[in-house]
Amino acid sequence: MKSALPITTVVLAILAVWYVAAALMNAQLQRDLFANAGRTHYSTQELIAGSLNMERPKLPAPHQVAGELYKLVFLTPPTSKRSLVYHGAITLEETLIGFAIGSALGIGLAVLIVSMRWLDRSMMPWIVASQTVPIIALAPMIVVILNQFNITGIAPKAAIAAYLSFFPVTVGMVKGFRSPEPLQLDLMRTYSATRAQTFLKLRAPASAPFFFASMKVAAAAALVGAVVAEVTKSEDGGLGARLLAGSYYGQTVQIWAALFVAAALSAALVGAIGVVGRIAQRRMAFPS
Amino acid sequence: MTSGRLANLLPPIAFGLAVLAVWEAGVRLLHVPAIILPPPSAIAMRLAASVPTLAADFNQTIRGVLAGYAIGSLAGFVIAVLIDRSQFLQRGLMPIGNLVSALPIVGIAPIMVMWFGFDWQSKAAVVVVMTFFPMLVNAVAGLSSAGAMERDLMKTYGADYWQTLLALRLPVAMPFIFNALKINTTLAMIGAIVAEFFGTPIVGMGFRISTEVGRLQIDMVWATIVVAAITGSLFYALVAGVERRVTFWHPSYRAKEA
Repeated sequence: MKSALPITTVVLAILAVWYVAAALMNAQLQRDLFANAGRTHYSTQELIAGSLNMERPKLPAPHQVAGELYKLVFLTPPTSKRSLVYHGAITLEETLIGFAIGSALGIGLAVLIVSMRWLDRSMMPWIVASQTVPIIALAPMIVVILNQFNITGIAPKAAIAAYLSFFPVTVGMVKGFRSPEPLQLDLMRTYSATRAQTFLKLRAPASAPFFFASMKVAAAAALVGAVVAEVTKSEDGGLGARLLAGSYYGQTVQIWAALFVAAALSAALVGAIGVVGRIAQRRMAFPS
Repeated sequence: MTSGRLANLLPPIAFGLAVLAVWEAGVRLLHVPAIILPPPSAIAMRLAASVPTLAADFNQTIRGVLAGYAIGSLAGFVIAVLIDRSQFLQRGLMPIGNLVSALPIVGIAPIMVMWFGFDWQSKAAVVVVMTFFPMLVNAVAGLSSAGAMERDLMKTYGADYWQTLLALRLPVAMPFIFNALKINTTLAMIGAIVAEFFGTPIVGMGFRISTEVGRLQIDMVWATIVVAAITGSLFYALVAGVERRVTFWHPSYRAKEA
């Protein structure tokens, strides 16, 4: 691994900056704490140690976040409502269901668009335009609308996750199905291949790189959708609900811990898709 | 406008109008309650009736969007130019930048609201973090995209680092930079609106959406979404228009003009 040393260095540098920032940002709070406790004499060392170990810091130090993560992930039973495994599992479930539905619908629509000209000309501009629209703004409304139909719990959040992952998949897969060159398409024509055969033997395999790239974007988008949906309907739990609860009660350490779990989930999903994609593309003899 | 472009515009417009017509007719014929889905005409009327409120929301949200977009994109660009000379830093920062680009960064909204208060500054801060990494990753890729031949040519001219940067590598990097700028328009809108779900003064598009949903005034929610959608599209179109001017030499534009 040629990149191991640079990455480690950069990560260490980030941690160092984080510690300095935490000490600086929390110093005033800690001074107030000392003043309230009636202490007027304290060394700089005590001040720094205090600012890095506060109950409700402005910016928690890395070791505090790590400690909270360890406590809420490993020491708390996964059934407890405080456990981040419990909330992470809720978020992951919503994300995966939404991701599966959204990608399936996206691929289906892409197939339709590629095979029907009138759909391409009338619908594609709207789908491309929808990428520039902050569609996440619809999330709170979808939750309420589904609530009217007595659809509660995981379903509304999975719906939002699906809906956020839908558009990038459609756009990416249309590009992928169109990626074969005219030369290759002409070859299929000289074989007198039917449209279905051209699609199955040329367009579908050629779209593999676009497929995996779209899946990565879709997984990340689905997780964002699930987290934001949980914020708008927080009573069912999930990482977004923990973020909101933390911001209500000023529990900064808890917010950071929930954020890190969300980041880890996203990185794991995207990383897993990347690994599968690399293996699949090597087997299909794509140049990497 | 030529007749060719008109012919290209016709199908999507017809499709959009058809969707609106089906929506309007469906809602009216099936007696869908307005709490679930108001007809487009009701949304249009609500939009026309609440222009002052919507304008105030727009005014509030756009500050966070523009300030964050400008600072985040500029910072990403500057850092990219700075680390451009160090292979070591690039190898260390790029994987991290790629990783962070895939993370649910909007989650930092509650933290930023705590740090920078309820007003637009906290929304701008969220947008700064969201737009920084796409620009960093794209600008670094763009700066390294000049070919070896062109670089050698600059060397034979006796050009120094800055001359090569300004005359060759920055222009070549422009398509990448504009790609990031276009991605960032959407991210900036999303960041500002979602950050407003976590707390604002009583104005702003995200605030309007979350409170009107609570009051079951769904037509007002739709009116706000229409404003957000138009704002997002115009913002994107503006950046795309500047891109056409700046990278007029790029094949993807040259082909169309011919």
